[in-house]
Amino acid sequence: MHHYITEGYVLPNQAHIYWTTMIVLYPYITGIVAGAFIISSLHHVFDKDELKPVSRFAMVMAFAFLLFATLPLLNHLGHPERALNIMFTPNVTSAMAGFGFIYSTYLFILAVEIWLVYRTDIVHLYQHTRYPALKPVYWLLALGILDISEEAKRVDRRVMIVLASIGIPAACGLHGYVGFIFGAIKANPWWASPLMPVIFLLSAIVSGVAMVMLCYIVIHWLQRREINGECVHALIETAWYFLIIDVALEMLELINHAYMANEDWTILKQLVTGKLFVSMFIIQILLGSVVPFFVMGYVVVFKQRVPAMVRNLIGVCCGLLLLAQVAAMRWNVVMGGQMFSKSLRGFLNFQVDLYGREGLIAGAVILCLPFVVIFVFSRLLPLWGGVESFPKEWMKETPPVRQPLKGWSKFTS
Amino acid sequence: MTSLHSPDDVSRRAFLEAVAKTGGQSFLFGSLFVNTALLRLPQVEAGAKARAESETGKGVIYGFVVDTTKCIGCGSCVRACRAENGVPEGYNRTWVEQYTFYRDGEVFVNSPNGGEDGFAEQLPTRNRPSGDEAPMRGFFVPKLCNHCIDTPCIQVCPVGASFKTDEGVVLVDHERCVGCGYCVQACPFGSRYLNPETGTADKCTWCHHRVVKGLLPACVVSCPAEARIFGNVSDPDSKISRILATNRVQVLKSFLGTRPRTRYIGLDSEVI
Repeated sequence: MHHYITEGYVLPNQAHIYWTTMIVLYPYITGIVAGAFIISSLHHVFDKDELKPVSRFAMVMAFAFLLFATLPLLNHLGHPERALNIMFTPNVTSAMAGFGFIYSTYLFILAVEIWLVYRTDIVHLYQHTRYPALKPVYWLLALGILDISEEAKRVDRRVMIVLASIGIPAACGLHGYVGFIFGAIKANPWWASPLMPVIFLLSAIVSGVAMVMLCYIVIHWLQRREINGECVHALIETAWYFLIIDVALEMLELINHAYMANEDWTILKQLVTGKLFVSMFIIQILLGSVVPFFVMGYVVVFKQRVPAMVRNLIGVCCGLLLLAQVAAMRWNVVMGGQMFSKSLRGFLNFQVDLYGREGLIAGAVILCLPFVVIFVFSRLLPLWGGVESFPKEWMKETPPVRQPLKGWSKFTS
Repeated sequence: MTSLHSPDDVSRRAFLEAVAKTGGQSFLFGSLFVNTALLRLPQVEAGAKARAESETGKGVIYGFVVDTTKCIGCGSCVRACRAENGVPEGYNRTWVEQYTFYRDGEVFVNSPNGGEDGFAEQLPTRNRPSGDEAPMRGFFVPKLCNHCIDTPCIQVCPVGASFKTDEGVVLVDHERCVGCGYCVQACPFGSRYLNPETGTADKCTWCHHRVVKGLLPACVVSCPAEARIFGNVSDPDSKISRILATNRVQVLKSFLGTRPRTRYIGLDSEVI
């Protein structure tokens, strides 16, 4: 914690910013988890076929990011060794106390869900991998359960759909709750708002879809794989719809503050037009919302008439812009709320650290870790579909492509 | 292909059942955990501890009155607090604010170093191109933890490290605090800070360690102007009760509904 340079009158204990990069990163990571999971569920539960090419990847991405969601928090805590107190002695009146339970429940659901989705492939790879050294790894991944009979698959599918269906409210809960952490703080006029959980959830979905879209196109370019146009279109469309609702609510929040013009608006106005001008009006609203709205709107309206290359480029660019939008939104909420004093008479000049425990480098490393997990995962299991999409030279034999089941048939056949 | 009732299938089913059972049990355990008195453990323990430590007996409710009309801005209270409680530099358990009003309606507020070294001018003149301008009026406002009845800091503490004693004093259990800073964010008055030395949340305790020995808080003792009054508000004959009975008092940010136990005499509407 630093003692920051202040302007106006800042309460003495507020000359420090207690929540910094790590607390910006935490909702960003859980947001990507929630968004990626929604994409995967759109395929697994709602039979949105266009999203099939990314449904598994989205689930793996959600899992990989979820694994590291606690890392920024642990890195931030004054006593990380006491972190489990949140589950051992939770305080029922604290919004934060739900974290341990919500997080572990969701991690459990997601882990079992992924395991069920991949189980058949794991068993196939166990039987057909060209690398004997990997055999025990696959056996372990299969938890020693090697039955892939039709009956077994049917049970898998049923459990999977039930879990995915529980997973959707759980994902919403995980992220909506993060918004509540901020929205329920009456001491901070910039945070206190019942809209906060909804805004956090919607921006979470936007960031998750954007991350999946960006990774799908870029990784396919790098690996010279064929990009599914319908899938990119569906991703752009999904991102577009969620962006519209998200930005509408974000603006509603801001306009409401301005229109009501309560006592605190005097300082909030100075905040948004001063310290947050670039991160809010330029990055979050102009580059992150207005530009993607029009560009993605073009794809949504003109559908197949958009050339594939243009669509993919738009997917990448808008993916980046949307990720920047959500990062800026998190920044504006978390840091914005601490850049003015509760005296409502002064500001802090916050400087981001590059090094140090809560510096930018530490943040970047944490943000990279999920990708390391995804990379390792991609060496062991197929990311972009069934085992038929896995490199053939890594297997002795490729199984025939199965027709996916839809709707009720997932339960009955 | 394995048959329907192969050992593998059975083991798989058994596994799924086990998973379902474990999940169910964890959920049940979690809910029980949440719903039993176990949850109250930190508060109960802390309450019991405070009761055991307290020699003041049952029925004592402490209160604090700050008489802003008497404060001279000397900063003795801030220095005494730092010395008594080992408050790290750059942080304050108590501080003094100076309010200066000018004729055009401008209000100047400052608290250099929390008022620890006093103030350069009792009524700062304002430098303008047209010349120095004398202020219209001004005063000092000492601030400290309000020890709210409905305190948001205790409400938000995820591990129950913040608690209230039976005497109404809000304290932090430094053995339990994880240092998340949520209480610091939730306090509307900026009374809390994360102590860089302990890594835990810290705040004014009304010198609880002194009070349980029958002493007054350090800031109260050191105040030369008797601007700070501390005592048992449930005793009608106490000094603080008499002051509360004969004065009009206010609290800070009453609109937030935290019901502070620290009350102010002569509070101006500009003080927030």
